[in-house]
Amino acid sequence: MNLVGSFFGSSIGRKIIMALTGVILIGFVVGHLVGNLQIFQHPDHINGYAQFLHQLGPLLWVARIGLIAAALLHIWAATVLTLENKRARGGDYGFKHTIQATFASRAMRWTGVIVLAFLVYHLAHFTLGVVQTETFKETAPLNHYVMQNDYRVAGFTVVKAGTDVANVHSMVILGFQHKVVALFYIVAVGLLSLHLLHGFNSLFQSLGLRNAKWSWLLHKAALALCVVYFLGNLAIPGAVLAGKLRPQTAKVAATAQR
Amino acid sequence: MTLRVWRQAGPKALGQFKDYAAKDLNSNMSFLEMLDVVNDELTLKGEVPIAFAHDCREGICGTCSLTINGKPHGPGKGIATCQTYMRSFHDGDIIVVEPFRAAAFPLIKDLVVDRTSFDKIMQAGGFITARAGSAPEANAAPVPKGVSDLAMDAAQCIGCGACVAACKNASAMLFVSAKVGHLGLLPQGQAERDRRVLAMVHTMDEEGFGNCTNQYECSAACPKTISHDFIARMNRDYLGATLRSAFQPEAASSDGGGA
Ligand code: HEM
Ligand code: SF4
Ligand code: FES
Repeated sequence: MNLVGSFFGSSIGRKIIMALTGVILIGFVVGHLVGNLQIFQHPDHINGYAQFLHQLGPLLWVARIGLIAAALLHIWAATVLTLENKRARGGDYGFKHTIQATFASRAMRWTGVIVLAFLVYHLAHFTLGVVQTETFKETAPLNHYVMQNDYRVAGFTVVKAGTDVANVHSMVILGFQHKVVALFYIVAVGLLSLHLLHGFNSLFQSLGLRNAKWSWLLHKAALALCVVYFLGNLAIPGAVLAGKLRPQTAKVAATAQR
Repeated sequence: MTLRVWRQAGPKALGQFKDYAAKDLNSNMSFLEMLDVVNDELTLKGEVPIAFAHDCREGICGTCSLTINGKPHGPGKGIATCQTYMRSFHDGDIIVVEPFRAAAFPLIKDLVVDRTSFDKIMQAGGFITARAGSAPEANAAPVPKGVSDLAMDAAQCIGCGACVAACKNASAMLFVSAKVGHLGLLPQGQAERDRRVLAMVHTMDEEGFGNCTNQYECSAACPKTISHDFIARMNRDYLGATLRSAFQPEAASSDGGGA
């Protein structure tokens, strides 16, 4: 069989595709969270960061297309493998019994699908601006933000003070002031964390790197990653709901003009 | 105690559970001996006895099967059905007995399934192509102790199919990985290592087994406690073999130089 055939046509090949696309997606969600946590700093940070990403232009599109391809491959492999597995199982047992498969591992399909639904809403909300348009960064009353300080990445100034940028800071906070939206977000990242708990463990097995000598450590690392990931994600809508994070007031906007 | 047994006259027939009272049992009887007792009674009554597979009755042949209360080979760990004793159950229990279920193991009758698909996987690569003859000098091919022990762990697989029966996806990964790992660890298996893993996995897929979701029900059900570490090992072997075989140059005289 040729190389493409072996990866796309065989059971293990598809598992390897799942694992590699999983690595890309994990890298993305972790990086994304780290970027988002800048919301707890001065609005310059998250707004400058967003402006910086937009300034990447074609590079941003390379990353976006790469991520979309990884997500599509991941979902494609999950679907094909699941359909084959249903067919292979044949009849169900009259007496259903699970010996040691974890809850997270048995919920992969559900957590995956709900995460997908969340992803669609999330993009519609914060990237495309087709839902909750009244708070969207480019159309809302607080749509503009003037940078007070330079935004630096690795020591280089990438966004200069005084630049007029989109107001991501207030879009996110106003978005999460809707309780239903914030709760849906919290539930979805919770399920994503559960997905990652099995996924992170699993990818080492699929790539042939796991064995009993260090699997206890891998499992602890996966658990730690998922708990930290969940708490990090919980912090943002949680702080908004608790009233700790507020959109910029007119006063801040005014000082921004000076 | 009550036995709730899957009865199905043939592959096409409709199957169903039937209850039988199992009487006059001794706690030191094996599960298969208990079935013998029940079958004797059925025969005396003129009913068709329950068909079940068995051979060695000492845990080495892999013929016995049965899913007992949802777990292949019954409640024990590292034990085949033939070595499961009635002392593992209590008076008055209802014991549900089903065949190993998997599309790749078509049912023949009652509790007997056809595991030919395993033979096909073995024929695809579960051997070394070596000249048969008298045994070679034992010290000619040194094998470190740790490696030979690991190979022996894998070699314990008796090909029973419990891993497939236990797997939510009816995947044969544990069985195939035991065979691939056993030969792949030993010097005699090296020459055909890549070809073997590619061919055995290919046949496994063709026979309609499912795909592993790393839930490890297989190793928990395995009567020989084969570790799912062998599955990781096979995944790695498969990845390497795929890449190597794609880039390996072919000899010009690939038809062997014959006329
Ligand atoms: C969008 C819908 C998604 C669906 C339907 C989905 C479905 C699945 C399924 C069925 C598996 C296989 C479970 C297994 O074989 O054990 C899986 C594995 C995995 N998923 Fe997802 N998933 C989705 C999104 C994601 C996302 C967003 C991430 C990362 C942030 C992710 C990371 C992983 C990883 C790392 C694995 C392990 C790969 C492996 O089995 O080796 N998935 N997913
Ligand atoms: S790996 Fe274990 S359960 Fe699977 S066939 Fe071999 S002995 Fe049976
Ligand atoms: S009858 Fe041989 S292993 Fe059970």
